[in-house]
Amino acid sequence: MKLRDTLHLSLSTVVSYRTRSLLIVLAMALGVAAVVVLTALGDGARRYVVGKFSSIGTNLIVVLPGRAETAGGFPGAVLAQTPRDLTLEDARFVGQLPQVKRYAPLNVGVAELAAASRLREVTVLGSTADLLPVRHMNLAQGSFLAQGAEYSAQIILGAKIAQEFFPHGNVIGQRVRLGDRRFLVSGVLAVQGESMGFNSDELVIIPIDHAQALFNTSSLFRILVEARSRSDIASAKEAIRDTLKRRHDGEDDITVITQDAVLATFDRILRALTLGVAGIAAISLAVAGILVMNVMLVAVSQRTSEIGLLKAIGAPSADIRLLFFAEALWLSLAGAAIGFALGQFGSLLIRLVYPQLPAWPPVWASIAGVTIAFVTGILASLLPAARAAQLDPVKALAGR
Amino acid sequence: MIHLTAITRVFRMGDQDVRALSGINLEIASGEYVSIMGPSGSGKTTLLNVIGLLDRPDSGRYELDGKDVTDLSETEQARVRREKIGFVFQSFHLVPRLTAAENVELPLMLAGIAPAERKARVDEALLGFDLRDRAQHRPAELSGGQRQRVAIARATILRPTALLADEPTGNLDHRIGAEVMALLEGLHHAGTTLILVTHDRELGARAHRHIAMRDGEIVADEK
Repeated sequence: MKLRDTLHLSLSTVVSYRTRSLLIVLAMALGVAAVVVLTALGDGARRYVVGKFSSIGTNLIVVLPGRAETAGGFPGAVLAQTPRDLTLEDARFVGQLPQVKRYAPLNVGVAELAAASRLREVTVLGSTADLLPVRHMNLAQGSFLAQGAEYSAQIILGAKIAQEFFPHGNVIGQRVRLGDRRFLVSGVLAVQGESMGFNSDELVIIPIDHAQALFNTSSLFRILVEARSRSDIASAKEAIRDTLKRRHDGEDDITVITQDAVLATFDRILRALTLGVAGIAAISLAVAGILVMNVMLVAVSQRTSEIGLLKAIGAPSADIRLLFFAEALWLSLAGAAIGFALGQFGSLLIRLVYPQLPAWPPVWASIAGVTIAFVTGILASLLPAARAAQLDPVKALAGR
Repeated sequence: MIHLTAITRVFRMGDQDVRALSGINLEIASGEYVSIMGPSGSGKTTLLNVIGLLDRPDSGRYELDGKDVTDLSETEQARVRREKIGFVFQSFHLVPRLTAAENVELPLMLAGIAPAERKARVDEALLGFDLRDRAQHRPAELSGGQRQRVAIARATILRPTALLADEPTGNLDHRIGAEVMALLEGLHHAGTTLILVTHDRELGARAHRHIAMRDGEIVADEK
């Protein structure tokens, strides 16, 4: 029998057993759709987290004082931290490294903000003008800390703080009191929400020297460093470590985290998660494959006399085998195509309901889902097809 | 044309061997009209299945058109069946989901004939068997006589040299049965070898050669 006739005859069989075929196609389609939608969700979550993390800066390196290491001696000192602080002077040395594009020293504390007869505790960031570009922050109005004006008493308010203290607008140029010091509002941050553990809408930013004076400290909380390029990150990290080690009497007592490494970790974790959910969804496809085999085996026993007839009128076993094989092929094809479409539609729905989640199904997942549907469908047809081909024509004609 | 020598066929029924055919020697010439008769279990259908290459004898030799077909491979046997033998069954054996035309077309499809030629030959066959207006009907929509005519059209569409009919009128009333027999005999007159297995003495008597079987043996062979 010609291949075209085999495909045609098997398609007419699939169409004529409508309910049976629909159920198999539905099982297959749900399996494929599950793979597509779940991987879209997983990959969307990965892109969302990575995107959020990327938005806090480019080629970012974070320098923290202290280095977690194992210490011995007495109970309770399993983790020890060296007592040496990071200083503004350390930050200036880091800033002079050739791989460093710019840097922003950072102090963090909490202080009482008072203005316009209102009062509240706020998180205070002390930094320099470069914090704005390093952290990819945006201003809604006014100007940021001026370059080289670390000592001037200016303050930048988070969007929510500005709204709470000055609900009628007209914020720029207002005087506020932070702790026991007076500041002049020079800018308001654009609404950004929470990132890196800070809600930037509810904080205020003041020059680093004022912050250190306010909190009575000379040590820094972090140094945020932007490398010149992505390829400079590794050497910048080494150079920072070397520089600070020299400055700290040869002690390697800082921790350097690169944005790249954190991103890569998140990326790995969420990729593994996506693969995990894809694997779980693929199990449903395997179950669909078993359903195909079950239904095809029933079909062989229901159509025994038809198989006998085909043999009587001269169909070799190979033709019979191909006919059943082609039926599974059609069912798998329909299941995979409908499942793919359902999966795309489901992903679209997720994107519509949660616009911030880029739930685009990864190409590999769609290909894998469709391929697994095909392979399981075809594998599941092998046994029924072989059983049909092996039927004895005399017994088959008698329906036995 | 058909030459059987010492054909034996044994079936295992539980722990007993049943000799369905016991040393059958038979020669049927091309163009003969032969009836095989005998009581149930006499081996007549088994003999027809062996002649039609649906069943393989346990021993003996079978020559068809001068060629030994006893030990042909399964695929070769299928090819010989397709090219030389047509079957007509008591229960018609039509594929229920296919139309009359598609049922008749099946052997042509198996033979790998192109669709255009298939259509022409199916149209011609349906016209010849007075089924043209039933071409697009499914078996469930056809009468018993029409179904058997579709089955005969299917059996003869590849112009076989031998037509094997196993109780072809068994499921039909007397009048329709006579019509079907007239069709089969018409094919015989056109040169086809016709081998008819039947219980019906009256029907068997219409053949030109009468073979009687009992307990797997040929007990009479008369012209």
